[in-house]
Amino acid sequence: MMRLPWFKYCAPRSVEEAARILAGEGPRAMLIAGGTDLVPNMKRRHQEPATLVALRGVEGLKRIANGAGLTLGAGLTLTEVVEAPQVRGHYAALAQAAVQVATPHLRNMGTLGGNVCLDTRCTYYNQSYEWRKAIDFCMKKDGETCWVATASKRCVAVSSTDTAPALIALGAKVRLVSAGGEREIALTDLYNNDGMVYLTRRPDEILTAIVLPPAAGWKSAYWKLRRRGAFDFPVLGVAAAVRAAPDGTIEDARIVLGAVASRPIVAKARELLAGERLTDDVIEEVAAKVASRAKPMDNTDLEIYWRKEVVPAFVGYALREVRGDDMRATRLRIARQALPPAS
Amino acid sequence: MNAPEKPRQKARFDTIGKARRRVDGRAKAIGQQRFADDLVLPRMLHAKLLRSPHPHATVESVDVSRAQAHRGVHLVLTGAEFPVPYGIMPVSQDEYPLARERVRLVGDPVAAVIAVDEQTATEALRLIEVKYRLLPTIASPEEGLAHPEPRIHDYGEQGNIHRNQAYEFGDVEEALARSDHVFEDLFFYEGNTHLPMEQQASLASIEGDGKLLLQTSTQNPHYLHRQLARVLQLPAAHIRVIATANGGGFGGKCDPGNHEFVVSKAALMLGRPVKICLTREEVFYQHRGRHPVLMKFRTGVTKDGRLTAIHLQTLLDGGAYGSHGPASTFYTGVLTPVTYELPRFKFEACRVFTNKPACGPKRGHGTPQPRFGQEVQLDKIAHTLGLDPAEMRLRMVTKPDSLTASWLRIGSNGLAECIEKAVEMSGWKTRRGKLGPGRGLGLACSAYMCGAGVSIYWNKLPHSAVQLLLDRSGQVTVYCGATEIGQGSDDVLAALTAEALGIDPVNVRVVTGDTGITPIDLGSYSSRVTIMMGNAALQAASRVRDLLAAAAAEALETLPDRVVFSQDRVFAGEDSGKSMTFVEAIAAAEGKFGTIASVGSYAPPKPPGRYKGAGVGPSPAYTFSACVVETEVDPVTGWITVPKIWIAHDIGRALNPVLARGQVIGSVYMGLGEALMEEQAFRRLPPKLSGALVHRNPSMLDYKSLTSLDMPEVEVALIEDPDPNCPYGAKEAGQGPLLPVMPALANAIHDAVGVRIDEVPITPDKVLAALAKKAKGEAPRVGPERFPAVPYPEPTFVLPPWEGGDGNELKGRKAA
Amino acid sequence: MDAPTNAIESAATRDAAPVRHNVLLSLRVNGEEAEAYVAPYKTLLEVLREDFAHTGTKHGCELGECGACAVLLDGQPVLSCLTLALECEGRAVETIEGLARGTELHPLQVAFADHGGSQCGYCTPGVIMTAKGLLDAEPNPSRERIKEALSGNLCRCTGYQQIVESVEAAARVMREEKRGAKP
Repeated sequence: MMRLPWFKYCAPRSVEEAARILAGEGPRAMLIAGGTDLVPNMKRRHQEPATLVALRGVEGLKRIANGAGLTLGAGLTLTEVVEAPQVRGHYAALAQAAVQVATPHLRNMGTLGGNVCLDTRCTYYNQSYEWRKAIDFCMKKDGETCWVATASKRCVAVSSTDTAPALIALGAKVRLVSAGGEREIALTDLYNNDGMVYLTRRPDEILTAIVLPPAAGWKSAYWKLRRRGAFDFPVLGVAAAVRAAPDGTIEDARIVLGAVASRPIVAKARELLAGERLTDDVIEEVAAKVASRAKPMDNTDLEIYWRKEVVPAFVGYALREVRGDDMRATRLRIARQALPPAS
Repeated sequence: MNAPEKPRQKARFDTIGKARRRVDGRAKAIGQQRFADDLVLPRMLHAKLLRSPHPHATVESVDVSRAQAHRGVHLVLTGAEFPVPYGIMPVSQDEYPLARERVRLVGDPVAAVIAVDEQTATEALRLIEVKYRLLPTIASPEEGLAHPEPRIHDYGEQGNIHRNQAYEFGDVEEALARSDHVFEDLFFYEGNTHLPMEQQASLASIEGDGKLLLQTSTQNPHYLHRQLARVLQLPAAHIRVIATANGGGFGGKCDPGNHEFVVSKAALMLGRPVKICLTREEVFYQHRGRHPVLMKFRTGVTKDGRLTAIHLQTLLDGGAYGSHGPASTFYTGVLTPVTYELPRFKFEACRVFTNKPACGPKRGHGTPQPRFGQEVQLDKIAHTLGLDPAEMRLRMVTKPDSLTASWLRIGSNGLAECIEKAVEMSGWKTRRGKLGPGRGLGLACSAYMCGAGVSIYWNKLPHSAVQLLLDRSGQVTVYCGATEIGQGSDDVLAALTAEALGIDPVNVRVVTGDTGITPIDLGSYSSRVTIMMGNAALQAASRVRDLLAAAAAEALETLPDRVVFSQDRVFAGEDSGKSMTFVEAIAAAEGKFGTIASVGSYAPPKPPGRYKGAGVGPSPAYTFSACVVETEVDPVTGWITVPKIWIAHDIGRALNPVLARGQVIGSVYMGLGEALMEEQAFRRLPPKLSGALVHRNPSMLDYKSLTSLDMPEVEVALIEDPDPNCPYGAKEAGQGPLLPVMPALANAIHDAVGVRIDEVPITPDKVLAALAKKAKGEAPRVGPERFPAVPYPEPTFVLPPWEGGDGNELKGRKAA
Repeated sequence: MDAPTNAIESAATRDAAPVRHNVLLSLRVNGEEAEAYVAPYKTLLEVLREDFAHTGTKHGCELGECGACAVLLDGQPVLSCLTLALECEGRAVETIEGLARGTELHPLQVAFADHGGSQCGYCTPGVIMTAKGLLDAEPNPSRERIKEALSGNLCRCTGYQQIVESVEAAARVMREEKRGAKP
């Protein structure tokens, strides 16, 4: 049986208390929410925090607040996010992304905040200590070289979160709280294109909430490419959100690609789509342009060139679903299950 | 001993053929089934293995002093404690429990720590200092052929060739020259692994009498028992191996494992129970799974699509140890002639050592690879000749009670009925070609054996033995060394015993897989258990039945041979009102003869082939399967969807239809996983950098196996034509139905989008690459492009039965 | 909360490593109060199997990649291999051992035993507990819903078909029992 290392465990009751502990413990402390990312990583000795600060008992992290938009507590499990009527009704891309994370059990455990902060992944990194020792380790942990791109100065581990592309497409912001205060930033600004320092979150900050703007007029969808109908992290995620006038003319649009870089890639969708209608020709043209942003590396499942080649098709699926096409048969073939429809 | 027992005729079966709860069903459903890692003993210690981080190196020194001093550590073992090598096959005794001078793969065990708990043992592993001197590595058979030095082992045919063999049955070149068409195709089948849900675990302890007890997740307690005696240099009678319920085997728990010797030795040295449970990653290193095989088929056909000859060449990537390799090498060829009439056959096979986990037997052992090539090539032939692939196959299926060119005796044969049934169920005739763009149907067939005709070590002894003990309380206990690995062998044993004695199977107590108390059965491999254990059980049952019948006949005033056993009673004859309970019959017999017990045993019939090597391939019976796969292929992405699979399996007789159907669906599942995604793949880093040769995906997440959402509905037809060599006619169901799935998928993809994927797994990127070639007007195919020059030996030449042969090698005959 | 027990100090301990003490954990396992001093690094899986002798819950990877260790935590299917035992303080855990009433099996257990839902049986406890979580929430799930709910439970023997059929059979029985129980 693989075992966790020894650690000290704290269970604060409030965000303030948690922030205080983090400030006091320094970088040797780590936050644990659902544990579905951190626990396997600790078992493989990727992270060996001296102290775990548990967010489970922290009050307020599971709140769902309707306001101008929707505020989701970072501690909501992915199951709770999927089941929230506001999410299914108005933020379909998020519902479709969250319901495709891992497996039902892991969605019952893993939180929205945890998925947003998911450690970047790489086939040279997500291995046991002994395996990594056999390759003399890698840049991301305990080693020097990036085995994916040996000339690379930075780590190219892959952003593997499903919810982040969807949330960015929906215009989400995140709230970060530390002992020193609170700040709200666009979710896209939470990420660096660096597999090691992939978050701009400071170690003493707690991501407490995801803030979504009003959804009126928007329609969104998320398409995920992975080998199997469950378990697998994305090797491509495409989130699209479009706001169209009643006559179908697009007023605003966002398209975000997941799992093709160390951070979600935001395409210039508004520039490409504003004033257009989602005709087949427009979709094809936009899909090709957006796809050119995808630079997959050979460090995930499935073949690298193929992953690049199918990006336009997946962008097309998302845009066609947003347009209102009946994509259920295609969805069933790709996702191997029916999903909540675009909304 | 060879003739199976003919059960006395009853008008109908009491047990056989009825859907029943399996005898171990309740324990499994309530969490009471004890697997090896569930066992706990007082004062038990825990072991962990230190494994090599290098794929190929000599071990210069091992310093265990710091580990030994670590608090909580009781013992540290190294290769010095294990001077005697082992190996499942007598010709490949090439493994040590802990490496002595050489490590041959990343994951080769070098030392072991036995400590108070796993955490402590793991900590102490990191305190062991090993000095290695690195050696060049061999990553593929092609490299192994090109680089005879350094040799991974100092035995074998030459250089890094482990096994190399050639057989020719009739002049194949002459037949090919006469053929209307000769098709030449290359295929590659990637390696994959068993991935049993249960990680191997073992608990060694010293029993009260001072003897060693090893409780372990093994499929083959008997072979392990022999190897333990050898390695530990103890009398076999001082060792008892209990095969705990296996949480899945599929061939992965057939070989003795390093860990089994380590905990046994540690328990003997410490006098305390020692347990080990491998991590999932370690299970990938233990492996012994499907060999990667490169194949070349040259097949001659007449213009109406009948086979004239096949020349098959295979090249196996064996990994770092022999394992079952000598047998695996044979199996990449020997069953090829079983499905269709094949006048002449030539077969050359070569297994090369590489610095990777050792390959061995996985469900279908060596035959899925050539069957894939053969059945895909037949589909190509049918298309080229404009024939219906099902019709073409139907016209040339082998006949019952026939011999193959290679002198295998085929008994019952339901292949034609299987094809007809699969065609009917799938709507092959009306639906094929009419499903619309991107959708297709593919068909393939296969055959498999019901047990190997000869044992892994040469002997003339029974392959399976059963002991039956009855007492006046009505208790019927049946003992057999056979091993329950989930396939339902305990249920088969109970059902056959119950049927033969006319009692309810719930009244039979089954004791299996314990070398200390059960008579020897060779193990759960090669689909041998139902037939071999079953025939032994029927012999034992018939012997006690004779005793009971003699005693009951007196009381019932009839003749012993008129006594009928049914419904827990003993009747004076069919339709007789005169009867007594089965319990009363036992008491009567016990009074007359003393304690009632019997034994039964079974050895397979002598094979007709008499040439050297004729021992691999013969079986008392063969099963046949035909499978149709439906697929949808997206022309833009190559994405593959399988909505449904139909399979007909010639099972002889289904003893418990619930279990039989489960074996068939489970086989289809595993075959489809291999066809679509399962891959034991490796990664080699540039030598000037770390030079590592590591497993790409040693985890349940990265080694892709189908989930419930990826698995289509399977419609099963069991074709029941009882085989006279088998208990109540029952043949195997656990391996054969896997074999046709991979080629049926490949053929369906061709039917859907007109491209050939001549390798497994068949992934969307390969389909898309083939579609791109098709669009450019190139050959629409992805698969191996070349077959290396392999120094196959001069073939053993044997004339087929219909060319005047007698089953012996024809010496002095040079191949054409 | 700390308590002196058989904590181990070792040479391998890093400077940064915390003091090694077992800690008191109390929770409800199958409706009964359960309490033990456990190593804080242990997951719920390890505590169930090693400290509470509930070996019915299995492990196939310990990394959340197979579902063999699934149990119900406060009624929801979760993976015990990724759940810190300390996070279960005061909570209710249901395992395969808690399903039967005495010797009377739960309908899921009957169905799995009778309909081929178990072959080797190693994934069975995780599968049955996951199915129980489903049927407690949705008494009449479609075949597709069952497959979705069980998509986090790998099985290498059955090809899932007889597992799904077993769940369907149990659901039928449970609905009938419920109807029968109503006046």
